[in-house]
Parts: sequence; structure tokens; C-alpha cells
Amino acid sequence: MAETTTSSSQRSTPTATRPVRSSRSLPTRRNRIRYWTVVGILAVLAAGFGFGLLAWDNPMPIGSEGFWRIAEMRSTNLVVMAVVAICQSIATVSFQTVTNNRIITPSIMGFEALYVAVQTAGVYFIGAAGVVALQGLPQFTLQIVVMVGFAMVLYGWLLSGKYANLQVMLLIGIVIGGGLASVSTFMQRLLTPSEFDVLAARLFGNIANADSSYLPVAIPLCLVASGLLLASSRRLNIVALGRDASTGLGLDHRRETIRVLLLVSILMAVSTALIGPMTFLGFLVATLAYQFADTHDHRYVLPLSALTCFVVLSGAYFVMRNIFYAQGVVSIIIEMVGGVVFLIVILRKGRL
Amino acid sequence: MITLTGVRKDYNSDVVIGPVDLKIPKGGVTALVGPNGAGKSTLLTMAGRLLGLDSGVIEIAGYDVARTDSKDLAKIVSILRQENHFVTRLTVRQLVAFGRFPHSKGRLTADDEEVVSRAIDFLGLGDLEDRYLDQLSGGQRQRAYVAMVLSQDTEYILLDEPLNNLDMRHSVQMMQHLRRAAEELERTIVIVLHDINFAGHYADRICAVKDGAAVEFGTPDEILTDEVLTRVFDTPVTVIEGPKGPLAVYY
Repeated sequence: MAETTTSSSQRSTPTATRPVRSSRSLPTRRNRIRYWTVVGILAVLAAGFGFGLLAWDNPMPIGSEGFWRIAEMRSTNLVVMAVVAICQSIATVSFQTVTNNRIITPSIMGFEALYVAVQTAGVYFIGAAGVVALQGLPQFTLQIVVMVGFAMVLYGWLLSGKYANLQVMLLIGIVIGGGLASVSTFMQRLLTPSEFDVLAARLFGNIANADSSYLPVAIPLCLVASGLLLASSRRLNIVALGRDASTGLGLDHRRETIRVLLLVSILMAVSTALIGPMTFLGFLVATLAYQFADTHDHRYVLPLSALTCFVVLSGAYFVMRNIFYAQGVVSIIIEMVGGVVFLIVILRKGRL
Repeated sequence: MITLTGVRKDYNSDVVIGPVDLKIPKGGVTALVGPNGAGKSTLLTMAGRLLGLDSGVIEIAGYDVARTDSKDLAKIVSILRQENHFVTRLTVRQLVAFGRFPHSKGRLTADDEEVVSRAIDFLGLGDLEDRYLDQLSGGQRQRAYVAMVLSQDTEYILLDEPLNNLDMRHSVQMMQHLRRAAEELERTIVIVLHDINFAGHYADRICAVKDGAAVEFGTPDEILTDEVLTRVFDTPVTVIEGPKGPLAVYY
């Protein structure tokens, strides 16, 4: 790689030949075409899977009144998937940005372990009826409040002291998550097989877990939190440079971090309380979105990640439902196929 | 002017930086030199409000760095740390454009683009502006970081060892760029340097830091003497007359 010499006579030449110099997030025409092509393909796939889920195996002829009645009943699942897709993708990308780390997901902060612990404790103490007792709008709202409260105590405590340190916070989050997980495992050991069977169904990420009565709470929370994160895209771009660089540019890094983490915890709590643990989904989708968007700018990465997430989720659901007739366990196929896709992308590109 | 009054930072009972009283006048290049662990970088990062003080006051152009809103300070002083690693993939131009954030809040105007272009050209990165940072050599990347700091368009620029890991040629080029920035763009540059001869040749003023205190402050001619350097670095130093001014020999 030849270096340019820096004498002033040679410096002016390249600028004269270039008509417009701009610092756009997608610098070249090729980048722009590529980005919008990816968006187009994903949009078609999303529409395809979405329509497929409504129409496939629908006994009534397309367009008839009966067809739409059946489609309407199935559309709840689509709405749930859209909510989960927005929550998981926006939360993961924002979380990776503020933690300056692209190989972790907000799930490790103990949200899922908390969910599993609550569900297991329900079955452990009340029996199979416990699963039923944990369903319903008030219980759903309470679960979200507990998870967000847990996250805020952790962030507030660990990020506002004198020795505020993001890495320590992450570590403590993981340790608490691990602790909760082993308590759950212990309780699961003591369950009767039939109770365990009931519980196991709740512990896979499952679209069918969602109850449409939760949506009036879940949708507004999801839209407000993800909207606020999207609106702060420009500041997220700066936060991604790290604490020192963003402070140097006049951004209150700690305040911004806590604000983003609060919004992330709301999104994660909504998604987890709605359908259960989806550990790998956010991570997979965020990684794919970085590759697809190929820009640092969150104004492009965030919407693309949500779209990617919807395609992955609805694709997995479609395959599980119509090919394997096992609509319950979406997270299994996402982790299997997603893991393979993830490895291929990383090995081909050689970077995150 | 940068004024440090009774500045102190306690790492633990054994390691204490300060109290330091120092006045760095406006204009020109001021080099902070001294042995490892003397507190040069600590003083610089405290002045750049990246590190809090335990007591004392630092004022830059009359603004108390601990009290002034970080947003406003970002238009007066810019700072570049030693280690810069970004997880996101950026082109040179995108990186340099971040320097405009204090002024534009991320919405770049035509004027901002103009400032960015000038900063890029100033450091001779015109040909490389659409390259990604991970495609650059260490010297080019270091220049890109300095261009970002220049595009922030602040009167005061604080640089923590910008010559780290640069070879002879790139070190000299970097110092020439900084001298030009000080002269042509009338910036006040404070820089932490390890090589006393670089400081002697390129700086207008040298501040020697030792054991957490500013022990000497003066022009290169005043600092580059056997007696002063031997005392500051705890190593026998002989200053000889070189072809381009005094030369410290310590090996």
C-alpha cells in the first residue's frame, strides 16, 4: 500500500478531480445500490412469508370472505412476530453499541434467566396450575415491570458510582443470570415429569406462547422505546466511538448509556415476557444487519436489523409450521439455521 | 490559556498526581515530557475532562472544565487519547466528519463538509478519504485521528502521545503537520511526547513532569541542558550542539 506524500503541492490534485466530497453514511453509489437492494429483497421476503403464513394451508379460496376470516385469526401471530422482531433487533444493536462490543447480547444481562426463574418457580410452588396463574395481562405487565426494575437497579447501581464501569456491570449481569439459571435448574430437577413437560413448553421461544390480550401493552411499549432509540441514531453513532471519543465530542456518555440501557431493558422485557427466551435471535440478526448495511450509521442499521429480524422469525415460523408441523419451537430452527448462516457470513467476511 | 491550579488526582496512597500549578499560554506547541508514570497523560486527560480531578481547578480559556457543559467545552478544546479503537467500520471521511458533531449534532451542512475537506487535505489524506480505517497503515490512521480533532475546529488541541508507534518518517511528518496547525491555523497544541529531541525541535515550550509535579517549564533552550534533563529523567544526559539545535544524548 503506497502512502501519499504530504507536500502541499501534491495535496490539491485529488480534490480537483472529485466533484462532490461528502461524508455520507453510504459513501459510494455502489454502497447505496447495495443497501436498497438488500432492503428490497428483505421486504419481498417479509411480505412473502407474511402472506404465506396467512394463506398457506388456508382451506378457503384466496380472496373469499372465509379466507380473510381465517387469515385474520392467524394475523395475531404476525403482529406478535413484528413486535418481537422490532424489540430484539433494535435492543441488540443499541446494546452492542453502548457496550462497544459486538459479540454479546442483552439476553446475558439476566432477562431470560429471570423469566425462566419466574416460570419455574410458578410451576414449582403451585404445580402445573402455576403456568396458568402466570398468564394474563396483569401478570404480563408485572413481569415486564420486574425485569425493567431489575435492569435499572443493576445499571443505576453499577454505572453511577465512582468506579462506574461497563465491563464490571456486564460481568455482574452474567453472574446474576447464571445464578438465577442454576436456581431454576435445581427447581426443575425436583418437578414431576408431567409438570416439567408443561414448563418446558414455556421455556422455548414460542410465538404461540403469546396471548393476543398482551398486545395492547406490548405494542405501545415496543413502539415508544424503539422509536426513541431510532430518534437518537445520530447520538448512537457517537457513542459507538467509545467513552473517551464521545466525551471529547461533547456527549454526556454516562447519561446516554443509561438512557439507552433503560430503553433496551424495556424492549427485552416486552419480548421475553411475550414469547419467552430467544437468546440467539438478537445476536444473529444484529450481526447480519451489520453485514447487510455495511455502514456505521444507526439510521440505516436499525431499520434494516428490524426487517432482517422479521424475515428470520417469520421464515423460521413458516418452515416449522408448514414443513415440520412443529410450530411451537421457532427458537430451535433459528438457532440451527441461524448459527450456520452466521458462521458462513463471518468466515467469508472475516470480521464482525 | 490553560490554567491548572492545585490540581490533584489520588490513585492510591502511594501514587498521587499533584498538586500541580501550571499556566500554559495561548498559541504554539507545548510539549509535556517526563519519565513513565510521571503523570503527563493524567494531567492531559484531566484537562480534556476525560478524567475527573480530586481537587483543584483547570480552566481553559477561562472555562472551568469540571463545571462547563461538556457540549460547550467541545467547541473550545479537543482531545485525542493514545489508544483509539473503534468497533464500527468507518471511512476516513466519516471519522473526520465526527469532529463536526459539537457544531452540527450529526446533521452536516455544506459548511461542515467544507471544514471536513480542509482537515483531510491539511493532513494529506485526500486520496484516502474513502478508504476504511482498517485498510490504513498505522501512520495513516494516526493522521486520520488528528484530522478528526482538527475538524472539531477548537482553539485548544490536546494530544496524548500522537507519535506512539510511528516510525521516524511518520513521526517527523506528524510533528510538521502539528507545527503548521499551530502556525497557520493558530491553534494552541498541548502534546505529550516521549522523545525529548522531538520536543526540543518542534515545541515552543516544554513542561517537564516528574513524580506527579510540573518541575520545569520553559523554552526548549532552557530545558535542554545537562543539569535539567539529568534531574528530570534520573539518567545522565549530555546535551550537545547538533546540526539543527541542541541534541540530548542519553545512551
